[in-house]
Amino acid sequence: MNSSPEHNKRDYGLWQRTYVPEVFGGLAITARHFFVNLKNHIRRLIGRKDAAPGAVTFQYPEQRRPLAPRLRSLHRLTKREDGSPRCVACMMCETICPARCIYIVATEHPDPNIEKMPEQFTIDLGRCVFCGYCVEACPEDAIRMDTGILEFASYTRENMIYTIDQLLSHETAKPDAQDTQ
Amino acid sequence: MPTLTIDGQQVTVPEKTNVIEAAKTLGIEIPHYCYHPGLSVAGNCRMCMVEIEKAPKLAIGCFTPCTEGMVVFTNTEKVKQARKDVLEFLLSNHPLDCPVCDQAGECWLQIYYMQHGQYESRMMENKIKKSKKATSIGPHVNLDQERCVLCGRCVRFCDEITKTHELGIFGRGNREELDVFPGKQLDNRYSGNVVDICPVGALTDRDFRFQVRVWYLGVQDSVCPGCSRGCNIQIHYNRNRPHHGHGRRVARLKPRYNSHVNQFWMCDEGRYGYKFVDAGDRIISPMLRRGAELQMATWGETLAASAERIRAVNPSQIGVIAWPQLTNEELYLVRRLFVDGLGCKNVSFSVPSKKDGGGDDFLITADKNPNTRGAGEIGLPIADSTGDILQAASRGEFKLLHIFGHDLLSSGLDQPLVESALAATETVIFQGSNSHLTVDRADIVLPSATFAEKSGSFTNFEGRVQRIHEAVPPLGDALPDWQILNRMARALEMGWDYQGTEHIFKELAENVAAFSGLSYCVLGDQGELLGYKPTNEAHIPTEPVTTVII
Ligand code: SF4
Ligand code: SF4
Ligand code: SF4
Ligand code: SF4
Repeated sequence: MNSSPEHNKRDYGLWQRTYVPEVFGGLAITARHFFVNLKNHIRRLIGRKDAAPGAVTFQYPEQRRPLAPRLRSLHRLTKREDGSPRCVACMMCETICPARCIYIVATEHPDPNIEKMPEQFTIDLGRCVFCGYCVEACPEDAIRMDTGILEFASYTRENMIYTIDQLLSHETAKPDAQDTQ
Repeated sequence: MPTLTIDGQQVTVPEKTNVIEAAKTLGIEIPHYCYHPGLSVAGNCRMCMVEIEKAPKLAIGCFTPCTEGMVVFTNTEKVKQARKDVLEFLLSNHPLDCPVCDQAGECWLQIYYMQHGQYESRMMENKIKKSKKATSIGPHVNLDQERCVLCGRCVRFCDEITKTHELGIFGRGNREELDVFPGKQLDNRYSGNVVDICPVGALTDRDFRFQVRVWYLGVQDSVCPGCSRGCNIQIHYNRNRPHHGHGRRVARLKPRYNSHVNQFWMCDEGRYGYKFVDAGDRIISPMLRRGAELQMATWGETLAASAERIRAVNPSQIGVIAWPQLTNEELYLVRRLFVDGLGCKNVSFSVPSKKDGGGDDFLITADKNPNTRGAGEIGLPIADSTGDILQAASRGEFKLLHIFGHDLLSSGLDQPLVESALAATETVIFQGSNSHLTVDRADIVLPSATFAEKSGSFTNFEGRVQRIHEAVPPLGDALPDWQILNRMARALEMGWDYQGTEHIFKELAENVAAFSGLSYCVLGDQGELLGYKPTNEAHIPTEPVTTVII
């Protein structure tokens, strides 16, 4: 892709350079939408069911858009029946993560039948690109991006770093999603 | 010397060579589990099946000696099917817990399954559970019976190499299990090797367990500094993911094949003796004594202070205690700087240790230093032993002591003598990597790099000169000793300046008779003996340099 400044330059004619006609053109479009929508809303209000629905705006944050089921939202770590993390600290997610933002420290599990568990499991969401590879790579279904949480902006980088306890405390947004099969 | 044909290529091999080894010389890999070139042949895994012309059925490559005119095929449909079947058999009771298995990534079940298996599982039955999962069977080794493929390599190692007979295979059929004999522990001095030769994750290293995934590791060839044998090793280091392994940059040491020195093995002391590289007591900044306290300083200040004090005293008032942990190159610079340059007559290097090194008749030697022979060949000690130097110092004959590495205060030397020598000497310069009691007594501290952080060469007790390479950069402000000596020489206006260790070694080979003819090129990765006579032919390594498939 050529992105040199030279290439991006456009030649504007006198007509465009005055801007005035373009501004009025834009205003005309806005006004048309406004009046068409106004007409549709009024016709619906007075009970004309055959009228086209008027355009609406979601009244965010009071009103929320429905999320697609496959949407990738904030991560969570799933739990076993006893509440301990399902994660076995295999590092598959850490290895696949293209942003290198997963930091796991493994340790011995007290139960020899489980063998390995994460002592630390940290995701630096400030660097995460939300590719979902970690979820794909996990052989244990231990990490999911189904919390539906999208607002986690923060004023500091440190607050974007989620530790194992935070990740375990997140709940799924899908009521039918089961942690344990 | 039979000549045979393997996959259409002719090869002549020594008498009694087996088909696996013959194929190896042609670069053909015959997959195998139980065969190991350093152990006797067991022939029980059946993975190395090959087709031999005119033979009624497939034969195992490890137990079939090459004969004249033999025609071997390693890649026919029949052979491939046999491998697949063997893998299916080996995996029938396998737990498939690769995600939590430390071997994953360097596991021959994984590798061969991807190359030769790839079948759909037909197991309808429940897998047989074995009795031991993740149990330690010794100070260094952890056993997982479910992952074991019963190749018997570890058993043969303990029977044939260490002759300690701790391991055995118990039970029959699919209930067969590998275990230690009742009441025994796998605690011989070479126990770590069973982890290397175990082709799967049944035996794992307790020290390395869960520290770093193997695919994060980088590899650098080196030589173990643990004793004067100089076993060839690989340093496996982790530089990119510092949160793994508690920040340890050197994650583990593995033996590297050298037929002249250690074959395939190394001892546990050496294997786990690398911890000082990333230990908390590493000295990471030069230090100067200001008043009663040692304070951090820059290299410029410290070297200037050292040079000033060295200049201020008569060379006969300087005592130097070098260190056989230094490389040949560094010891050569010690000689050039102190003996040839300053005219100092009191340079020693060996300090007796408190406890006996406990050499044995296999690899371990009593001398715990990798380069005592090198120091001797380079012409150290000059005149006196360390004891004599300390005697003279305690009589107040020295104004300056330059100590490399040694902790004199916890050595086998007479302690009151060390005390009085340190007290009677005006300036004590310490140059070393880790902090200890002697460092606290120094006036100037020069932090140096460990063996894993520098390049150079060691001369083992037999006179084999072998290369070491930098695996990780020096910690903090530390510098390799040769660089410190080089800078010191610059500060003292000696008129020499070396560009690198190869430059030093070249001069060493020109000036020290024992090293003549040697160069880094001649040393290669298997080392070369002192007194090497170059021939007119291009240098041919005495052994084919092979990546040993074990
Ligand atoms: S979503 Fe992608 S970038 Fe984010 S943690 Fe997972 S693998 Fe890494
Ligand atoms: S891939 Fe899954 S089991 Fe493995 S470390 Fe990541 S979350 Fe844990
Ligand atoms: S031994 Fe190999 S195949 Fe078995 S679990 Fe470990 S890595 Fe996987
Ligand atoms: S523990 Fe490893 S080396 Fe020993 S028999 Fe089992 S697979 Fe072979």
